Amino acid sequence: MAETLKIKNKEIVVPGETLAEGMGFLPSRGTYRDEKTIKAQKMGMISIDGKVIKLIPLTGAYVPKVGDKIIAKIIDIMMSGWRVDTRSAYSAVLGLKDATSDYIAKGADLTQYFGLGDYILTQITNVTSQRLIDVTMRGPGLRKLRGGRIITINSHKVPRVIGKEGSMVTMIKQATECNILVGQNGRIWINGEPDKEVLAEETIKKIEEEAHTEGLTDNIKKFLEKKTGKKIAVKGETQ
Amino acid sequence: MKRNDGRKNDQLRPITAKVGVIKNADGSAMFKLGGTTAYSAVYGPRDLYPRFKQDPEKGLLRCDYNMMPFSGHGERVRPGGGRRSKEISMVTQNALLPVINLKGYPNAVVDVFIELTETDAGTRCAGITAASMALADAGIEMKDLVISLSVGMLDGQLLADINGKEDCELGATDIPIAYIPSMDKISLLQIDGEISREELKKALELGKKKCLEIYEIQKKALKQKYAAKVKK
Repeated sequence: MAETLKIKNKEIVVPGETLAEGMGFLPSRGTYRDEKTIKAQKMGMISIDGKVIKLIPLTGAYVPKVGDKIIAKIIDIMMSGWRVDTRSAYSAVLGLKDATSDYIAKGADLTQYFGLGDYILTQITNVTSQRLIDVTMRGPGLRKLRGGRIITINSHKVPRVIGKEGSMVTMIKQATECNILVGQNGRIWINGEPDKEVLAEETIKKIEEEAHTEGLTDNIKKFLEKKTGKKIAVKGETQ
Repeated sequence: MKRNDGRKNDQLRPITAKVGVIKNADGSAMFKLGGTTAYSAVYGPRDLYPRFKQDPEKGLLRCDYNMMPFSGHGERVRPGGGRRSKEISMVTQNALLPVINLKGYPNAVVDVFIELTETDAGTRCAGITAASMALADAGIEMKDLVISLSVGMLDGQLLADINGKEDCELGATDIPIAYIPSMDKISLLQIDGEISREELKKALELGKKKCLEIYEIQKKALKQKYAAKVKK
């Protein structure tokens, strides 16, 4: 059978749609081989790299990965650690040893470190096949988040909010003079002047809405310049 | 012979399909087939409770079918749980399961809610069609979309998409089917009424053909939501 591609690069496909026929192409993430055809497994955008067909999901829940820095919420306090919500189907465990370097006596009150409902910036250290997740607070910048506000976006749009080498988020930080931390799980912490926080939130929502449009950085730059009335210098460009 | 609403034998009622209609759901869709409107919302994968239902090998698909209290008339419209809605929830689950890959979600659940705001026969079919779009919108891993449609038999004539009058008053044989195009398989088949073996075969062929028409509408609706975001 001849090798034929049924779709174009960057095309939107639905699950089950035939992407290519013949054995000449390789199915990668988000696609599967059904005898001699390659089909899409999820809703998403196709990315063709030589002979490899990959699907970039545009929707769906956050999937925890080792090494991700996420913003998690403390949901329970256990004997020797905390249970945190990762904004996925699975909660994670923050063990005592990973939480602080302090000496903690047996039976000490753990709420003096993290209480119920606190948000923390944390890093995933392990994910098992049964989706048991370990997180740690040991690492640069990992900490409890005090003040500010938490907003949530679709976790697949996070790379767009961050931009190439952080260009997008740096631009928002500059324009709004807010502290912004973006978790890979789609939670974003913003801390600054109240009206500036609102502007930052508005901007991030706009990025989420227009995530896959051309010239996104320019649009957002114009939007921020209009809102703040200041000139903004952009370092680097995203696509 | 003309049908009571002036359609041809193999003609479907007017179809509207929309994706992303419920803001708080992870995925949602609306599917309207003539006087039947189904809304479907998908939540998850998320935590599964009660805990004894958790399966360490794979996730659970949980479906809930409900006719809304104002959705129509007749003895069938009884909102809330009941023998009928429980059965339909179960067949919906079975119709959708063959395409969904739940291996990646151990101990978790994908919740599918189907609410009917208007009912004029073919509610389980509209529900399954909407649910499969909503599942795709929620980013769940699936092999294909599922399309469902009722075919039937009235006065010796094969009909596609039975309406309420044909079903309840004229006494047509009602055969709801769910079809998976890429596997060429049927995942729901119920028969209410009498039909011969030969005629059933013909009815299924008609059903498959008509399902493919709806399949195109499903794909278009899904792509429209995401394409609009990319172009703008």
